[in-house]
Amino acid sequence: MTMGFRFDLLLFTIALLSVPVLSDLILSKVDRRIDLTSQIVRITSTLKVENEGTDLVSEVLLAFPDSQAKKLAHLVATPNEGKGKTKGSAVSLPVEVVQPNEMPPALTFYSVSLPKGLGKGDTFTLDVLAVFTHALQPFPEKISQADIQLVVFYETAHYLSPYMVKVQSLSVKLPDARIESFTKIENAKIQGSEIKYGPYENLPPFSYSPIVVHFEGNQPFAVAQELVRELEISHWGSVQVTEDYNLIHGGAQSKGEFSRLDYQARPYIRGASAVRRLVAKLPPRAHSVYYRDEIGNISTSNLWGDLKKTELVIEPRYPMFGGWRTAFTIGYGLPLQDFLFESGRKRYLNISFGSPMDEVVIDTLIVKVVLPEGSRDISVSAPFPVKQWQETKLSHLDVVGRPVIVLEKTNVVPEHNQYFQVYYKFNSLSMFREPLMLISGYFLLFVACIIYTHADLSISKSSPSYLAKLQWDEVQAAVQQVQNIISRCLTIHDKLEASLRDLSRSGDVQACKAARKAFDSLLKDLSKELKPLLAFLQSSPQAAPILPKVEDLVAKERDLQEKLMVKHSTVVDCYEKNSGRRETENRVASQQQKITALRQEVDDLFEIIDEI
Amino acid sequence: MEGSETSKGTTLRYAFGNVLSFFILVLIGVLAFSIRLFSVIKYESVIHEFDPYFNYRVTQFLTKNGIYDFWNWFDDRTWYPLGRVIGGTVYPGLTLTAGTIWWIVNSLNIPLSVETVCVFTAPIFSAFASWATYLLTKEVKGAGAGLTAAVLLAMVPSYISRSVAGSYDNEAVAIFALIFTFYLYIKTLNTGSLFYATLNAITYFYMVCSWGGYTFIINLIPMHVLLCIVTGRFSSRLYIAYCPLVILGTLLAALVPVVGFNAVMTSEHFASFLVFIIIHVVAVVYYIKGILSPKMFKVAVTFVISIGLVVCCAVLAVLVALVASSPTKGWSGRSLSLLDPTYASKYIPIIASVSEHQPPTWPSYFMDINVLAFLVPAGIIACFSPLSDASSFAVLYIVTSVYFSGVMVRLMLVLAPAACIMSGIALSGAFDVFTRSIKFQLPGVAGNSQTDAGDSSSDSVVAQNDVVKTEKSEDAVKERPSKKNRKKEKEHVEKPSVKSQIKKRLLVLPLEASVIAILLLVLLGAFYVVHSVWAAAEAYSAPSIVLTSYSHDGLHVFDDFREAYAWLSHNTEVDDKVASWWDYGYQTTAMANRTVIVDNNTWNNTHIATVGTAMSSPEKAAWEIFNSLDVKYVLVVFGGLVGYPSDDINKFLWMVRIGGGVFPHIKEPDYLRDGQYRIDSEATPTMLNCLMYKLSYYRFVETDGKAFDRVRRTEIGKKYFKLTHFEEVFTTHHWMVRIYKLKPQKNRIRGKAKKSKSKASSTTSTKRGGSKNKNPWH
Repeated sequence: MTMGFRFDLLLFTIALLSVPVLSDLILSKVDRRIDLTSQIVRITSTLKVENEGTDLVSEVLLAFPDSQAKKLAHLVATPNEGKGKTKGSAVSLPVEVVQPNEMPPALTFYSVSLPKGLGKGDTFTLDVLAVFTHALQPFPEKISQADIQLVVFYETAHYLSPYMVKVQSLSVKLPDARIESFTKIENAKIQGSEIKYGPYENLPPFSYSPIVVHFEGNQPFAVAQELVRELEISHWGSVQVTEDYNLIHGGAQSKGEFSRLDYQARPYIRGASAVRRLVAKLPPRAHSVYYRDEIGNISTSNLWGDLKKTELVIEPRYPMFGGWRTAFTIGYGLPLQDFLFESGRKRYLNISFGSPMDEVVIDTLIVKVVLPEGSRDISVSAPFPVKQWQETKLSHLDVVGRPVIVLEKTNVVPEHNQYFQVYYKFNSLSMFREPLMLISGYFLLFVACIIYTHADLSISKSSPSYLAKLQWDEVQAAVQQVQNIISRCLTIHDKLEASLRDLSRSGDVQACKAARKAFDSLLKDLSKELKPLLAFLQSSPQAAPILPKVEDLVAKERDLQEKLMVKHSTVVDCYEKNSGRRETENRVASQQQKITALRQEVDDLFEIIDEI
Repeated sequence: MEGSETSKGTTLRYAFGNVLSFFILVLIGVLAFSIRLFSVIKYESVIHEFDPYFNYRVTQFLTKNGIYDFWNWFDDRTWYPLGRVIGGTVYPGLTLTAGTIWWIVNSLNIPLSVETVCVFTAPIFSAFASWATYLLTKEVKGAGAGLTAAVLLAMVPSYISRSVAGSYDNEAVAIFALIFTFYLYIKTLNTGSLFYATLNAITYFYMVCSWGGYTFIINLIPMHVLLCIVTGRFSSRLYIAYCPLVILGTLLAALVPVVGFNAVMTSEHFASFLVFIIIHVVAVVYYIKGILSPKMFKVAVTFVISIGLVVCCAVLAVLVALVASSPTKGWSGRSLSLLDPTYASKYIPIIASVSEHQPPTWPSYFMDINVLAFLVPAGIIACFSPLSDASSFAVLYIVTSVYFSGVMVRLMLVLAPAACIMSGIALSGAFDVFTRSIKFQLPGVAGNSQTDAGDSSSDSVVAQNDVVKTEKSEDAVKERPSKKNRKKEKEHVEKPSVKSQIKKRLLVLPLEASVIAILLLVLLGAFYVVHSVWAAAEAYSAPSIVLTSYSHDGLHVFDDFREAYAWLSHNTEVDDKVASWWDYGYQTTAMANRTVIVDNNTWNNTHIATVGTAMSSPEKAAWEIFNSLDVKYVLVVFGGLVGYPSDDINKFLWMVRIGGGVFPHIKEPDYLRDGQYRIDSEATPTMLNCLMYKLSYYRFVETDGKAFDRVRRTEIGKKYFKLTHFEEVFTTHHWMVRIYKLKPQKNRIRGKAKKSKSKASSTTSTKRGGSKNKNPWH
């Protein structure tokens, strides 16, 4: 505070001491309007420039004290074309920093190039919009929860210019609230929430008359100390935007207790200057919006959307008092066709630069544009100077990485929300690289599986254990075949039984006999098939442990077969003789018991062999 | 007949069955994974509760600093001023698993955050666990039972409760490791292969890395070995299954820093060594029996027994001496409370104060394993027919785990897989019997099976009639698939081979009965599914750091914890110390990144007692304690405004007990009126003047004018008072978390200091209506 005053005094003396005349331009009329209703200070000056000299002049110098120039975020000059002006059509004039000779120190000069040179006696009117951040200083610097936030603003009542100013006036617009104090000099008056200075006439160059306005400013001072915006282009149809905010309340520091009770009971008295919510105006058709921080989703947000815009209202996890910090991330997807265009053989992304949030000052803004893998010939066109470099980002199965254009700018205000373009070349076929990679990866995996299951991966083909394994496999195959044959025999047995049952139902002896014959031959075939297998098993040393069981099985089966045949013959015999049912049963009963027992044994053997 | 065709058909069917069960398993995995995603869908992808936050923080450290720094990590953000050696006191299995997954995924350039990996580790591993269950049950009772058990495990509520997405806790991977270790043990037991025995030791190592519950394995397996020896089932396979596990397993376990020499020094491991000796003795006896004549053998036995007894006595004496010399008899507190359920509540309040260490109630059995509780007995019976090595293991597993679950709610988790295996066996057995009965009695099938046994035409009939387990029955009427490992199918095949009807018919139930029974079983299964889905969606998916409630105006979210932690992390100095009850320690370090005094790793009872004492002391004494600990902020959780029941006032008696356990001037009766804990006007003055009461209820009366506590459902006892040594710096939206700052020490002014001192003491003394007292600091 005191520092500020001293500095201004210094400036003032400088201004009085040095009176170099730069050119023959004079400002015949200066109107300045200062808007202090938000934390961003906007000074709109209308300058009427007149050339009194003889030389052709094509440049106008604007001067700011260094202390202000540091806070200057945005400076634009537009020609003022009278009453019927339309802001959109006005093309802004080129502005650049210059360091003219023989100028007092501690001043920064900007030179505005006029569209055409001014001859003698010509006049030209231009509007200059200067936007400052951090220009409002809280005073007192520390307040408690119940206090209101007061801020001070320093300016000069006289327009600081290297030229003579004939007529000038200044109006300072304040928020609708208490004005603590303001510097009272001549021609100063207050009208509602506006303070007016002037008119002042015929002031020499570098006139300076410091004024201080001390007023109640309860508007939230949301300052993003760092904002990283990442715009990732996917040619599958979206631009994914991720914004990492590092937010601080830049107003008066809060001191003492924070009482939730007071805040909840009288939120606009106890905690008037707290940042409660922020509004982000997202482009229309934004989708997949999220709002989170490093410990998870933040549930206090609202989203509305219509054709013109999407509005996201977010609340930080806690109301932010002076000096409190928070960090969060918002992200959303945008339809690609709204932002990506083609010109010639190049594509370009056309998207706005700054944060979508209103009235947030950004100290450092880093915009990263992540282009798809395989983009070439990248160039950027931005409407204002930015620091720029290139990085590589690896993500989602990338091989060489995606080129990332990084743009950095300090002191960003909503006025910087202008479109910038990133031009690049990209082959559409590259889109399919990653899906194809996945497909071929899976394909290779399955092929590997197939090869693994079918190929013989033993290291030594001649080792005894390997040979033994091979032999064992053969033995197993043989045993399996034996089992197969036996089970088919058993099926035939079943069928024999069935034919007997048919016989008891129909009494057709001939059919039964025919069936028997057929089965007999089948069984013979099977027993023939069995022979080589058994021979093999007997010859193989590996089969030794299993052989007795198999032989047992075969013998049992043969036994069973014989018994069945006998039974079959007996029953058929009985039918042919037309002997009584009971008699038949009596004769068969004993055989039946044996058959059942044998069958049981065969089944058991099956299980035992299976278990070996 | 068409021999080649038939065998071709068999192999085809075999392949088909394999592919089918493969797909069923894949679907089971998907089911296990997706049923656990309710928490992500209903809430968000976030780490849950308390311990997972610690694991998450450790994983973050691991991924950031690498494995070597992780082993050497001394964490100075917790247990201030003692700190904690994380690398040596943590079971690293889970962290290393998630870290490895993260590393693999990121080296494939798939940008997943550590948090995402951590959130989804548990569901992934529950899919693995259900596959492991399939393998284990298959070894015990065949593939059908395996599939059933796997599907049951995929959605058993008890396991879901510990493995929903976000529940990033040791148990999530440990249950998989547990089941898989058992599978490999059984596999080794069935095959006698040294390969599986080695794998088994490695899996056991993974289990030791993951969870303290590994002691269950190292006691259960010896018990089973002993059982096998006693019942005369000793074999070389048993030897191979057990001995490598003990040797390799113990060596590997000793590699884990947190276990270290405990693997050979504590009583939990003695059983395995004892059985190790026994199995060798038995092996030697069997060997000698083989080479000696019976007479010589008898002589040898008497000789050996007499010498052996002497040696045993000596060893036993040494053991007893060793064990007796340690104060806890060589058992850690948690293990002791397993054996003696009343141990913890008698001696260690800090263990007893955790709700999951309490014995469960009956409803919690129904809640956690639901219908499985009724199927388990049937499964046990099925295991006895016939009793094999594997099925005896399953029976032993269920019996022991039922006992342990009865001691501690937490161990219900160990019971769940056992219950699933048993129920799987029971269910698949029942379906077996019923479908077979139906098939037998369906007119078309019984007749046809005689004539068309090798034919496929009858299959379609069966397929239409059999609602459940179609593929199994299909196999059943066909010829035997002759591969070895298809025991299950084999059984079916033989049964319908009509000639053995006499024996098999005995098992056949009436058609109507079996149809109804199948319907009832399906109904039972459906009930289980409905219950599990409900449990997954409603009961167990709340992350507990975000609470929601439904009121007439829609969903209401209580996100106060994170609000407070975010405030701490952004608006306090990095090195500030935050004191809170130990429950919130892990969350504070992980979410707010601030140093805490105590946390959920309750390794130092005295330290916790110090905080407990401070919370139960009057303001000035508490301030002194906290100041001596360099504490800057005190965090309390208060549910009285919105009715959040697990707040600090409800936990307060534990603070008193734990504090009083170390500092005898804190006496529990001082806080109780006639043995009752109350905070209303009947409360004792000590209670109304303690720090916890004051910090919780500071300016509470101004919210509604009456100071009605919605949790305790009463008006509080002391309504108007001021804080002298603390100031409120933050309270969350619903007042659930309140953060106070210690006021700086006032400059000492002669004379004045004395005056204020006397006033302070009067404030903190028994006087009520503290609001009348002047604040000595102002």
